[in-house]
Amino acid sequence: MSLKTKTSDLKKRMKDAVQGGGSQAIEKQKAGGKLTARERILALLDKESFHEYDLFVEHAGRDFDMDKKYLPGDGVVTGTGTIQGHPVCIYAQDFTVAGGSLGYMHAKKIAKIMDHAMKLKVPIIGINDSGGARIQEGVNSLAGYGEIFYRNTQASGYIPQISVILGPCAGGAVYSPALTDFVFVVDKISKMFITGPEVIKTVLGEEISMEDLGGAKVHATITGNAHFYAESELECFEQIKELVSYIPWNNTKTADPYPPKNPRSRSYKIDSIFPTNPKQPYDVRNIIMAICDDSKFFEVQERWAANIVIGFARMNGQTVGFVANQPLVLAGVLDVDSSNKAGRFIRFCDSFNIPLVTLVDLPGYLPGIDQEHAGVIRHGAKVLYAYSEATVPKTTVILRKAYGGGYIAMCSNHLRADFVFAWPTAEIAVMGPEGAANIIFRKEITTAENPEEMRKLKIKEYKEKFANPYVAAAYGYVDAVIEPSETRKFVLHALEISKDKDVKGPKKKHGIPPF
Amino acid sequence: MDEIKLYAEEPDPIPEDQLEEFKVGEDSFMTTMSVKYKNRKPYEPINLKVIKAAIPGVIRKHYVKVGDKVKLGDKLVVLEAMKMKNDILSTDSGVVEEIYVKIGDRIPKEALLVKLK
Repeated sequence: MSLKTKTSDLKKRMKDAVQGGGSQAIEKQKAGGKLTARERILALLDKESFHEYDLFVEHAGRDFDMDKKYLPGDGVVTGTGTIQGHPVCIYAQDFTVAGGSLGYMHAKKIAKIMDHAMKLKVPIIGINDSGGARIQEGVNSLAGYGEIFYRNTQASGYIPQISVILGPCAGGAVYSPALTDFVFVVDKISKMFITGPEVIKTVLGEEISMEDLGGAKVHATITGNAHFYAESELECFEQIKELVSYIPWNNTKTADPYPPKNPRSRSYKIDSIFPTNPKQPYDVRNIIMAICDDSKFFEVQERWAANIVIGFARMNGQTVGFVANQPLVLAGVLDVDSSNKAGRFIRFCDSFNIPLVTLVDLPGYLPGIDQEHAGVIRHGAKVLYAYSEATVPKTTVILRKAYGGGYIAMCSNHLRADFVFAWPTAEIAVMGPEGAANIIFRKEITTAENPEEMRKLKIKEYKEKFANPYVAAAYGYVDAVIEPSETRKFVLHALEISKDKDVKGPKKKHGIPPF
Repeated sequence: MDEIKLYAEEPDPIPEDQLEEFKVGEDSFMTTMSVKYKNRKPYEPINLKVIKAAIPGVIRKHYVKVGDKVKLGDKLVVLEAMKMKNDILSTDSGVVEEIYVKIGDRIPKEALLVKLK
């Protein structure tokens, strides 16, 4: 046979394989606003960068007449490519082929591309669109999931892992995304749950729609399982591309530098954003944008636990991770959800050499029976743990309130912040003035002729003496009290000077964070 | 399709109409409340004399009737849930004052089952 004949045979085979589940199944897929697996990969990766592997892999099912079936690529597309020049490994489950169900060879393909990602030290992106385990393959499909979960865990903190939920992702399948660093969901398309509405109805008699049980909004706002929420697949891909631009390829690298830009100070001006009265709210994201390059802040988990704000931005072209209390929501308190949110983000930044900048303005931990009974002690401790453990450059700016345990937790000097700056409006104290005055001056207040007047007087006295940054500065817990307008200058210098920071904790297998 | 915007151009104004006073300790602050916080369940003190369903299911059997004396650990009803018939045991000793469920009732989680005196 001539080379030409051989080549045309290859082309025919490829053509058969890339058709996936055929035109009818593809039509159905598109009717739901969904792209096909290959279209998704092509939309996400740089033009002509995608290289597919294992196209001719065949499924291994032998029971229930499965041996008579042909499942192109066994329902998953795998390969390598680049996103804005950054190399990535990628896989996308193909729902048009046997519902994207996960059989033995399907899982082997995913495991293989994950192994590649680990060896090559590049991010792995998984696009999930699958009905779940391929029941006909029995325990082999369970083995397949197990192999993927193990690799997710091994890869954690070594290479960035991104999960994109573009269809159902149910049962055991959800644990792969849960083990990865960032989960992307799309409205009306993503569905994630351990047990679906059908099972819940038969077993428990409770009725709920898929959307209300585990739709994109639910995971973006209530559970916190998702990090990015989009209205369409294309918006989701833009978000992924943006995220990839902020993070390094692996844990030995730093994120690519971008051309430095000044903040857009006409729109984002601290003077007009920031109220000095500690009782008045403001949107702390505007402060971040007044400090960072081009006033561009890429927020993570925007819709969940909004009382803390986390996300990426650049300072002089270099990626930093911002963590900031949000006085606009629940006065910026730390609680179970916000502690989980911040703790995980801090650990991601620390794993991937992304310096942390913390903006502090909180009255403390959220009081309440529901919080105490939900284990706020254990969850709140995650913030302390993550900050103390982190060895990347840590810069803290205390804007206003830093009371009690909240002050300690928010990357204080004591948890080894490299630099702690405070604005003159900072109030670093063991508790708020009213509470403190009531305790310290209880006797004076209760025995006074006019207790209410005395109380006011004592609160004022306490405020003047202690509700400021100078007591903490006198002990050296604050490195510098700075003018708000100089924040960018000070933070930039702190980041610049700590570039070669090298701190190592005691040698151990691993710590035991309060999971 | 609308243009995809990943970043804000201008600061949003503070939603003044949504601000509420929020007390943390003895100090209070103007802020907005999260939906999750607003929807949090009010605390109910534990009352061992009121027996509730820990999971949703169907009532299959009564072991006791109103007026019966029961001891801690006695069987009260059978609640079928998770494909199993679960004996629901008394969490205290006393006299059955009221039984809230009939055989065949499909009940949600936290439904009242039995009250003791």
